[in-house]
Amino acid sequence: MSDFLAMGGYGTYVWSSYAVFFIVLAIDALAPRAQRRRVLAELRGRLLRRRSRTLPTP
Amino acid sequence: MNVLTYWFHKLGSPPVFDRLARVLAPWCYGLALVLGAIALYGGLALAPADYQQGDAYRIIFIHVPAAWMSLFAYIFMAVNAFIALVWRIKLSEVLAMASAPTGAAFTFITLVTGSLWGKPMWGTWWTWDARLTSELVLLFLYLGVIGLYHAIEDRRQAARAAGFLALVGVVNLPIVHFSVNWWNTLHQGSTVRLLGPSKIDAAMLWPLLLMALATHLWFFGTLLARTRNGLLEIDGGKDWARSIVLASQPGAAGAATERSHV
Repeated sequence: MSDFLAMGGYGTYVWSSYAVFFIVLAIDALAPRAQRRRVLAELRGRLLRRRSRTLPTP
Repeated sequence: MNVLTYWFHKLGSPPVFDRLARVLAPWCYGLALVLGAIALYGGLALAPADYQQGDAYRIIFIHVPAAWMSLFAYIFMAVNAFIALVWRIKLSEVLAMASAPTGAAFTFITLVTGSLWGKPMWGTWWTWDARLTSELVLLFLYLGVIGLYHAIEDRRQAARAAGFLALVGVVNLPIVHFSVNWWNTLHQGSTVRLLGPSKIDAAMLWPLLLMALATHLWFFGTLLARTRNGLLEIDGGKDWARSIVLASQPGAAGAATERSHV
């Protein structure tokens, strides 16, 4: 196992490459989720504002 | 109208595309993860060490697929930008802009993993080699497209301006691809070739190709997710978008509650 992690002495380079790969792609997958929440919130706000303008207030 | 054109038009309609993307995106992510895991096992555990580079060569299993994706995403973006500019198809505008962030991510991965591979093998993190420099230019092009898109208020005008920049940047693609043949400096030539035999053993080739497939699927997963958001943003006032907005939970987005009181 430690042989596997050592990667013949190149462990630092190999594993940090793989870490960068996974971290960047994880961010790439999470970003659209955050974007969706933001777009939905913005549109919902716009929709509710328009509705409150058209409906008569008691 | 024949069946093909009918489906083409149908797919171009935002609500239809949105429904399709919602179904397809999880499959893209799921398959990408499964295939990627198999490819990693093949590349890190099964494939033998390189006779010259030892185990350091194993960076190839992410470096090369990421580099292919950096070009693939750019081609995808440019083709859609072209369609958007010529035929004014809304879906293409959104698709073009949605592919830029993932393309930039893969270009960044290519540069960083290449640097981490270059240090033990070449003895330097960075050199102004033609391949490295043109790949860096590619990253700047992606960032330029993203920046321009966000600098203009009107979404459709922004997409058209940024799409134009993306098309101009296409000149860089052949430079990236052929740089290893045109300038013989530090970066090695192509190992995997479409025409003719690849200069790599089968035990190393299959994890590489499988990882390439996985990254393509990943690209389409995030592309579909971003495209759904983009369509929703552009079509915000339309009925289909309104029903999605109203069906979504207000709690899922904190900003909504505070705005509804205005």
